[in-house]
Amino acid sequence: MLTSEKHGQGATAGTHRQPLIEFRNVAKTFWTKDDEVRAVENVNLAVLPGEFISLVGPSGCGKSTLLNMTAGLFQPTEGEVVYAGSKVVSFNYKTGYMTQNDHLLPWRDVVGNISVPLEVRGQRKGEARERVQSLIKLVGLTGFEKSYPSQLSGGMRKRAALARLLAYDPETLLLDEPFAALDAQLRLNMQIELRSISRSLNKTIIFVTHDLDEAVALADRVAVFGPRPGSIIRMLDSPLPADRDLLRLRHDPDYTRLTAELWDMLTPTLTATRGEAR
Amino acid sequence: MTAREMTTTLAAEQQRRKSARQTRALRLNAARFVFVAVFLLAWEFASGRLIAEFFISRPSEITRTIWEWVAGGDLFYHAGITASEAFLGYIIGGTLGMGFGVLLGRARFLAELLDPFVMAFYSLPKVALAPLFILWLGIGFSMKIALTATIVFFLVFLNTYTGVRNVSRELEAILRLMGARERHVLMKVVLPSAVTWVFAGLRISAPYALIGAIVGEMMASNRGLGFLLTRSQGQFDTAGVFAALIAIMLLAFVLNTAVKYTEIKAMPWKTAESDREVTI
Repeated sequence: MLTSEKHGQGATAGTHRQPLIEFRNVAKTFWTKDDEVRAVENVNLAVLPGEFISLVGPSGCGKSTLLNMTAGLFQPTEGEVVYAGSKVVSFNYKTGYMTQNDHLLPWRDVVGNISVPLEVRGQRKGEARERVQSLIKLVGLTGFEKSYPSQLSGGMRKRAALARLLAYDPETLLLDEPFAALDAQLRLNMQIELRSISRSLNKTIIFVTHDLDEAVALADRVAVFGPRPGSIIRMLDSPLPADRDLLRLRHDPDYTRLTAELWDMLTPTLTATRGEAR
Repeated sequence: MTAREMTTTLAAEQQRRKSARQTRALRLNAARFVFVAVFLLAWEFASGRLIAEFFISRPSEITRTIWEWVAGGDLFYHAGITASEAFLGYIIGGTLGMGFGVLLGRARFLAELLDPFVMAFYSLPKVALAPLFILWLGIGFSMKIALTATIVFFLVFLNTYTGVRNVSRELEAILRLMGARERHVLMKVVLPSAVTWVFAGLRISAPYALIGAIVGEMMASNRGLGFLLTRSQGQFDTAGVFAALIAIMLLAFVLNTAVKYTEIKAMPWKTAESDREVTI
């Protein structure tokens, strides 16, 4: 039932597809003025096309660093990140990145922000307008089309950023705690939406979260990270079916068991980080 | 509460806020009026009694001079000359300043190459260039424009440059991931985010534009408000000097207001930011 592999060597049994994203012995060190921080170390992970993987672990364990390297914003200090067979050396245009900060353009209203990727692609005005309208409806921002980011709440800004991400329809979605600022209902709605998008459009998704329940509920596989310098301490295959019903998850014994197990696994590292902080 | 009732309470609340704002503005303006009136009366009284009239003239005399200039058409003629010099210089200097600011802000090597030379010129008091401009351009219109443009250029250039350099690299990266080219990044991120700085530069340099025009006129000219100023001084006409100063002040006020108005129009998102209630 619970297949867990050391350092997550690649694919689920029975599949022979080529991985889309591969981390090979990846390590990253950041140098500041008179200090160096080892963010991640010894990360090996292969993500198959169409797979939904969540990275979970204590804060500061370098989950976002991995996303940054996948997007090609910087290179690993050691090892390599391979995307679709070639090493990522600069901006990876196949990926869409939704960062922890929403990074909306403050001088554009909601419609303007969501239109940016369409404008960049040179899409026609009328066509773009329809697409933007449907996305606004999807993320529940109807009525706020003309609002500037400064006039929106944190959760609304996140939703606008998600709509912008979906507007340009990238092959791979890199999501860094996208639903952290949302209320419970909306969050569930967005989770269901994301899950169905990943199914119907066959998107590859790397989803960073510190919420164990969310990680298990959404992903096909979960990579559990230890504290900094982060490395994968366990890989878990989700026992949940691909067409799972997120609304009924709480009644699913597999789900409950898996989250409980994850919780136990992460608690020692939580205590460790607390001790470090003290 | 029904939706209709909510709308009416909302409207009432807005009305209340509006009238509170108006009352406050009215009171402030009344206080300002009293302040000016007391100041002018004290001046009128002190003149000739406490301080010799030669030094400080008197408000009634200054008003008479201004009226004479207005009636004779002198004031509008000279103010018009000064305003055109300042305006043209402002536009030319501002445009060049923005252009070079964006260029050097984006071209790192060029910026590093030119840095010491730009700073050397920046440190030079621009008024000291006036003699050179007189040699090159004579004492006419164009010399004042050149002087004004030089002063405005550096202020707008440095602000634009700083603005372009301060563009969030994260925003840029996000756009790049969408497949944006340099042109998109420039139009959608760099320029809009630098615009705050550009306007700061334009606002600071508005009064300096007048310095250029007026200093130019004082050094060599037979028209403009700067000329009125030196002519009155040459005739020991203290009231005339004060009248010219007031005219310059009014002109500066008009210029500042125009810049401020353009700024509000150009950055609607700033109004949205300052209108909202503060939350932390």
